Amino acid sequence: MDVTKFVQVCLNGLTLGSLYALIALGYTLVYGVLRFINFAHSDVVTIGAWMAFVFAAAIGWAGTDSPLFAMPVILAMSMAVCATLGFTIERLAYRPLRRAPRLNVLITAIGVSLFLQNSGQLKWVFGTQPQAMPKLLSEEALFTLAGVRVPVVDVVVVVLAFTLLVALQWLVFRTRMGQAMRAVSFDERTAALMGINVDMIISYTFMIGSALAAAGGMIYGLKYGNLLQSADSVWVLLGLKAFVAAVVGGIGNVRGAVAGAFLIAFVEMFGAAYRSPQMRDVYVFGILIAVLILKPGGLLGKATVEKV
Amino acid sequence: MSAAAPPAGASAAAAGASAAAAGASAAAPALDADRLSIAFGGLKAVTELSLRVPARGLHGLIGPNGAGKTTVFNLLTGVYRPDSGSIRLGGVRVDGLRPNQIARAGLARTFQNIRLFAELSVLDNVRVAAAVRARSGLLRTFLRTPLYVAEEAAILERARELLAILGIAHREDEQAKSLPYGDQRRLEIARALATEPRVLLLDEPVAGMNTQEKKAMRGLIQSLRERFDVAILLIEHDMGLVMDICEHITVLDHGVTIARGEPAAVQHDPAVIEAYLGVPDDGAAAPPGDAG
Amino acid sequence: MKTLAERAAAHRPALVRAVAGSAWPIAVGFAFAYLMQTALAPAVGDFYGKLMLDVGIAILVGVALNIVNGFAGQFSIGHAGFMAVGGYVAAGIVFYGSIKLWGSRDIHGGFLGPGELLLVAGCVIGGLVAALAGLLVGLPSLRVRGDYLAIVTLGFGEIVRVLLQQTDDVVMDPRAVEAASAWSLADNLGGALGFFGAPRYLDPKNPFWIWLFVMIVLLVAYRLKTSSKGRQLLAVRENEVAAEAVGVPTTRVKVSAFVLSAFFAGIGGGLYAHELGNSLRPADLGFQKSIDLVIIVVLGGMGSISGVVVAATALTILPEVFREFSEYRMIFYALALVLVMILRPQGLFGIRELWELGPWRRVFRRGAS
Repeated sequence: MDVTKFVQVCLNGLTLGSLYALIALGYTLVYGVLRFINFAHSDVVTIGAWMAFVFAAAIGWAGTDSPLFAMPVILAMSMAVCATLGFTIERLAYRPLRRAPRLNVLITAIGVSLFLQNSGQLKWVFGTQPQAMPKLLSEEALFTLAGVRVPVVDVVVVVLAFTLLVALQWLVFRTRMGQAMRAVSFDERTAALMGINVDMIISYTFMIGSALAAAGGMIYGLKYGNLLQSADSVWVLLGLKAFVAAVVGGIGNVRGAVAGAFLIAFVEMFGAAYRSPQMRDVYVFGILIAVLILKPGGLLGKATVEKV
Repeated sequence: MSAAAPPAGASAAAAGASAAAAGASAAAPALDADRLSIAFGGLKAVTELSLRVPARGLHGLIGPNGAGKTTVFNLLTGVYRPDSGSIRLGGVRVDGLRPNQIARAGLARTFQNIRLFAELSVLDNVRVAAAVRARSGLLRTFLRTPLYVAEEAAILERARELLAILGIAHREDEQAKSLPYGDQRRLEIARALATEPRVLLLDEPVAGMNTQEKKAMRGLIQSLRERFDVAILLIEHDMGLVMDICEHITVLDHGVTIARGEPAAVQHDPAVIEAYLGVPDDGAAAPPGDAG
Repeated sequence: MKTLAERAAAHRPALVRAVAGSAWPIAVGFAFAYLMQTALAPAVGDFYGKLMLDVGIAILVGVALNIVNGFAGQFSIGHAGFMAVGGYVAAGIVFYGSIKLWGSRDIHGGFLGPGELLLVAGCVIGGLVAALAGLLVGLPSLRVRGDYLAIVTLGFGEIVRVLLQQTDDVVMDPRAVEAASAWSLADNLGGALGFFGAPRYLDPKNPFWIWLFVMIVLLVAYRLKTSSKGRQLLAVRENEVAAEAVGVPTTRVKVSAFVLSAFFAGIGGGLYAHELGNSLRPADLGFQKSIDLVIIVVLGGMGSISGVVVAATALTILPEVFREFSEYRMIFYALALVLVMILRPQGLFGIRELWELGPWRRVFRRGAS
């Protein structure tokens, strides 16, 4: 067996999995508190990536000669913009529908998604031309593993993703706010009775999910370089696969989303490398359908029974 | 939703239910549940429950909040599948069937938290149920064959009759969600009766009603048995009503049958008094916490 | 009380009456399609003629989607996938069939001629294959709730697109086509570049088949909605638990809705593939098309057939009228979608038909839904 190829594929799976995990968490967090699929989440990812590009271009950081702190500064700015965006979306579009049937909320989410996609295409927003993301991180090899060059950008991507994942774990399981989030997720009415400000918790959840989405978007830009127009199906597909990761792991379950993300990424990468590269999307949706049939609650989730 | 029963057995049982409707029913009780148990996780929600309602019988199922009464209804109607025990309708096994098959076999119910088809008209709510025994498939529907036309006319006629009996015929065009509360309960009963049931399960039919409405509902429930040749199993918190109209009462507490018999006997059973009022030497009446 | 069977026996209609009642709308539908062909099509120019073809297909597929989304309340956002299945199957049959039967891929025969019959056969077979796909998509999603179903259908649409992009080039050489088996030609559908060369039977002067299928889907949808089977769908949409409790086999009902809807979407795709001026590329019948259809159904009214007809017509014509604002078109639709959901959650017309609203209501009041 070709060790170099195997290691290369594992490395690709690891970076792609980190990317999926950051995005999948946004879906799963929102599903946890509001029980609906935030269809517009993938567009927040898109906007996160594009904002990173816009900020870098505005400041004039255009390549690897930029200062070392360029990446974290732009990341923070992009995350802040997307957190605000997430807050606004929830406030304007979703909050009026808090008690509405699920189908209506889903359609609203699709509406918000279309709105973001197509606003982004306007010439005074991001435009319809693809742009190259500035190479803020070196593509030189940091070290070589079994004949595989491991570039700086990959290492930073994985380290950044894991840092954010650990921070989120801490936030959800170790802080008062995380406790409140879990309480709202478990039973919104009781949580409200216990004095938790449910509206505020939901706002926070959207902001956290959207900030993670921005990080995902920026990572995507740094790793793959090319930013396509905001309504391109590449973004939809990226969000979709992250969503599949969340469902496969058990939606509403934070650890499940991470596990699902890496499972999806490895299947996709190994399928592409060892079977057919054109069929990678088909593998992902194949996993989704298999999981929905065999274990509808997801790998780490539990099946819910509707109360009669 | 529980996994489907083995298809062969299920369809055979469903077919048997209608075939046996004429023959077996004379001897067998309308509803015969034998030692039903179900647990959720470690919690035993219902333990060894047995119920027998004869044809045209009117039985009551009572117990404090969280005693498992609605769980019993969900077991009988196939929403939950019992861990052990059997359910027979007119002598035919129905446990393990899906809820819609059990409804076809002759068991209808109302819901404690009203579940109407909110956007549909009052008439259509009943017509959905009245169509349960129609034979026209999609092709006949598209072609409007004579059988289809006849069946739709029959369904409409029956639905209107039921609405008239329940006293809500004048509202047939209104959306179900726009009805006042009492009429919504009546519509639920009309809808249940439209499936031509052998047994009718009523889950708190007078909850939230005033004295006047309760009185009317009581007369209605009593009249249903004769009029529709149906056995009734009633869950109700209104003790006065249950003691008045039921011939036989089963008392549940924490899923266990603590008493059964005629109303007068049950009323004075020390176990029942204890379940409702707490342990006597506690002094205060301490109803079990609301789990509903 | 009398049983249903006894009552039905008493209501048995006279045969002549039943046949007449069943047949007259079908006759009217034929007459309408024929008039569109012979009276209207020659009168309008190519621009409006083409626009009307697009309106017809939008109505056809919109009403089909309404059966799943509106009647049964099961949300599909991958319906263009069924159009693609139907379109490619029909195009393959008509294109390769023409060559095998008549030695060329040109239009064969005139109005109602043999070429058009091949077209209809291709569309119906395309519809059947799409219906089979609907069954495959519907089955797993029975176990999952509405919003998951949306994702499964979206994934289905994407898979169809990816698979079509993998196909080989169209075989243009008649001798090669005649030598090849039908089975091997199924892989020659043009890949990502699209299936070019299918004969364009449907053009501004020849809209008959589009309008005939529009009439059929309208009749089927209307008869479904006002029947017991249709009320079963609506009951499932309103409250699944209660529907089961009154004997509605909810899983079967949902799958039937899916299959029926996919069938007509497939036919719509087949017609689309043979309409002058359309390209049949996997990306043309992708996510964006699915979303266009969803917008038609939601704005028209989930459950209202006439509402969907109005929405399909308006949303096809308006973009042509407001061409200079095309950049803002989707932004406007998106805002409309959100606002309608917040302000009028049941869609503009809701479940009702146009004639059941406002002053007309008294005239048409017959106790039906």
